[in-house]
Amino acid sequence: MGQVAITLNVNGRNQTTLAEPREILADVLRDRLGLTGTHLGCEHGVCGACTVLLDGEMVRSCLLFAVQAQGSEVTTIEGLEQDGELHPMQKAFSEYHGLQCGFCTPGMILAGVDLLKRNPDPTADEVRDDMGGNICRCTGYQKIVESVLGAAREMNEVTS
Amino acid sequence: MKPAAFEYHAPESVDDAAGLLSSHEDAKVLAGGQSLVPMMSFRLARPARIVDINGIADLDYIRYEGGALQIGATARQTAVEDSSEVAAQAPLLVAATGHVGHRAIRNRGTLAGSVAHNDPASEYPAVLMALGASVTAVSSAGSRVLSVEDLVSGHFLSTALGPDELITEVSVPAQSGGHGFAEFARRHGDFAVAGAAAVVTMNGTGVASASITAFGGTSPARLDEAEAALVGSDGGSEAVAEAAASATAQFPSTDDIHGSADYRRALIDVLTRQALQQAIAQAQEV
Repeated sequence: MGQVAITLNVNGRNQTTLAEPREILADVLRDRLGLTGTHLGCEHGVCGACTVLLDGEMVRSCLLFAVQAQGSEVTTIEGLEQDGELHPMQKAFSEYHGLQCGFCTPGMILAGVDLLKRNPDPTADEVRDDMGGNICRCTGYQKIVESVLGAAREMNEVTS
Repeated sequence: MKPAAFEYHAPESVDDAAGLLSSHEDAKVLAGGQSLVPMMSFRLARPARIVDINGIADLDYIRYEGGALQIGATARQTAVEDSSEVAAQAPLLVAATGHVGHRAIRNRGTLAGSVAHNDPASEYPAVLMALGASVTAVSSAGSRVLSVEDLVSGHFLSTALGPDELITEVSVPAQSGGHGFAEFARRHGDFAVAGAAAVVTMNGTGVASASITAFGGTSPARLDEAEAALVGSDGGSEAVAEAAASATAQFPSTDDIHGSADYRRALIDVLTRQALQQAIAQAQEV
């Protein structure tokens, strides 16, 4: 089957691209739209590196054909900063050393953002449980958990 | 890009979807895609046609009517997880949903798709069987209702559905009694090696009714011998141990890469006991 036109609202901007129906969303983001911040690890839904927000909810962008996202809003790691200012979750990962090689980091950060939307003040155990779908091979997770908890404190201070 | 090429269809009605399935061989229904897409990426599945039902607006619902929850084919697992109606009418379903993959998976995955896929490690077929649930299957020839037990029993990564049929709705009768659910996975959210589900009602003298199912490695199964062992007993620890032993004997444990048949039997024994203890304790509170 040939290519079809797919229009996505990526990070607040409408973009139309041609792609084959078999192209997964992650491939279209990376290879068609040049947004290489979304990383592909396992490409079958196990590692969480490719996590993006689809209409505000985190999904695995390797388990979704881009054509299925037709007309949807997609937020990738590139879309988190606002006016040149990093998102508090990004700042926290920097401040608390929540990354080493950085490969899992885009997915970790988006998973953290999604978690705090549902649970703005999680315990360390809740962070570990909720983010269990994202695999990191460097940090041993301790610093990732500290980063998410740090971001939660920061964001709660701002809103309170 | 790893999946093989396919023709993509996005029907806007159930009739159109059923028409596509009946007029084309080797067409596969795509709902949440959390099992189908990885299978296609591994090329374990390479359907010639994909019938994406996500654009059918009136399949995304959860409602409670006539004493049963009606869950549409594209209702996401997180919708089941977060639904106050499901929590009130079939709390076993909510308890099991937390074990299905991870939140990002459940944001896309559907209850109906999980049953249609019938992975032996999947929680839903066994849990829906324990709840006495049924599905509505539609083809261009008409529709039929079949129990989840008839749909999945004896099947492995397949069901009693014909290639031209799709599930449009799962109907779950309101749960009566206490429930229990226990599974063992190597990592939380991973595929379960084995699991057990139970719904139990108590009367003044002991266990009045029991519905017990188990899954893992092979087709999910209703364990009526364990049910018979438990009903009429006082529901105490000896009766529970006896029912778990019956369950272990009846469940056709198999060997695979995740564990030996002996290991699975040991798990079924422990997990059935845990599920029954939870269910009985809860039924006694009611």
